[in-house]
Amino acid sequence: MAAKTKEILLDPLFDNNPIAAQVLGICSALAVTTQMSASIVMAIALTVVTGFSGLSVSLIRNYIPANIRIIVQLTIIASLVIVTDQVLKAFVFDISKQLSVFVGLIITNCIVMGRAEAFAMQRKPIESFVDGIGNGFGYSFFLLLTGFFRELIGSGRLFGAQILPLATEGGWYTPNGLMVLAPGAFFVIGLAIWALRTWKPMLKEEE
Amino acid sequence: MSAKHGTGYTMGFAAAVCLVCSVFVCLSAVALKDRQEKNKKLDEQKNVLKAAGLLAPNEDADAAKVAELYESVQPKVVDLKTGNVLDDVDAATVNMRAAISDNSKSFEAPANDAKVLRLPNQALVYEVMQDGKPSLLILPVSGKGLWSTLYGFLALDVDTTTVKGVSFYEHGETPGLGGEIENPKWTALWKNRTVYDENFAPAFKVVKGQAGSPEDAPHQVDGLSGATLTGKGVTALVNFWVGENGFGPFLAKFREGGI
Repeated sequence: MAAKTKEILLDPLFDNNPIAAQVLGICSALAVTTQMSASIVMAIALTVVTGFSGLSVSLIRNYIPANIRIIVQLTIIASLVIVTDQVLKAFVFDISKQLSVFVGLIITNCIVMGRAEAFAMQRKPIESFVDGIGNGFGYSFFLLLTGFFRELIGSGRLFGAQILPLATEGGWYTPNGLMVLAPGAFFVIGLAIWALRTWKPMLKEEE
Repeated sequence: MSAKHGTGYTMGFAAAVCLVCSVFVCLSAVALKDRQEKNKKLDEQKNVLKAAGLLAPNEDADAAKVAELYESVQPKVVDLKTGNVLDDVDAATVNMRAAISDNSKSFEAPANDAKVLRLPNQALVYEVMQDGKPSLLILPVSGKGLWSTLYGFLALDVDTTTVKGVSFYEHGETPGLGGEIENPKWTALWKNRTVYDENFAPAFKVVKGQAGSPEDAPHQVDGLSGATLTGKGVTALVNFWVGENGFGPFLAKFREGGI
């Protein structure tokens, strides 16, 4: 059991990463990764929602009527997202302002929905919870990686602190404006997927 | 997967799920409301203080310090059409941004370069008081930039034309280009420029390139390189809000005294 739980937790980190291997959740990954602080909050929010939606869906999986199961999952996910959004607004107001609609859009994030339907509907609650957290971590890993490069290259900062002195303020670094726009995230994520598939060739589709 | 259930069971199940979920949502919304309102108010107060120059642009003050600094600030409700101050309306009940999506609390704006579509009937201005007299007027301003609507506060001296400070607190312009409207080095250039010409017609302009000192270029501010359109938007929104359709009538009454 312990070994299996570990596998459920770690598998989505690299071997079955929701962003890199399944290319899910790209929309929010493009939108919120211009800064590390926003990326971290988004990553935590998504991990919490995936974990608890897996847990709740799994708890009632044997009672959900098959013909309305998707809408039941969505109701649970939507409620969790609203609660998360309320908590963010109350405790990290500045960052929740930056994330704006993207917290609300976790509802439509394919990762959450996908895990609820594909995993939690068949598995025990604890396993589903761990699976949700694992997938959340997989998403978080890529979000933070993208955020790191975009904030550093795009504005010379990390967590809002100036790391590379800007040319406009007497330093030497001219920020690359492309990185703070959505295409910058495409490049970073694309390169990361390339790197991951080179490292784990079994992720490649058969030709 | 569970076996087939009857319609009654399905309806009952759906109702139960909705009920449980709504209880959670309600609880969190009600329990956290006070905190959220406080955050919102604090955020707005911080922006007002930043425009007034009472708080440094990058300073992150805590609630106690903001409350202390904010004591000298007095919000006033202004009827936008007439420019009259409405003393009987509580400023806390006025929300300009919520009002413009409510037809009973707003009206259609005349065509303007700032691309402001609707205006609230009641607007807020903030007076910074010193020794019982207003020493600064802070006006909320907004208008279209290149990609997004810019929101900011403009602080004017009691002559209603000399800029004492400006801060844009919300926008979606390109970071590094139009997004530089947030840069304190740029907003510092606004100081001591005047938004009106000698006949009190709006004359403010963000120029291309360097504008020079306030003596040489009283109404002009340096352009931001690579952000011509954002600059045009800023020009338009300042002129709109100090103009006759914005706070013009209020500012005229203020100049004549009596407010």
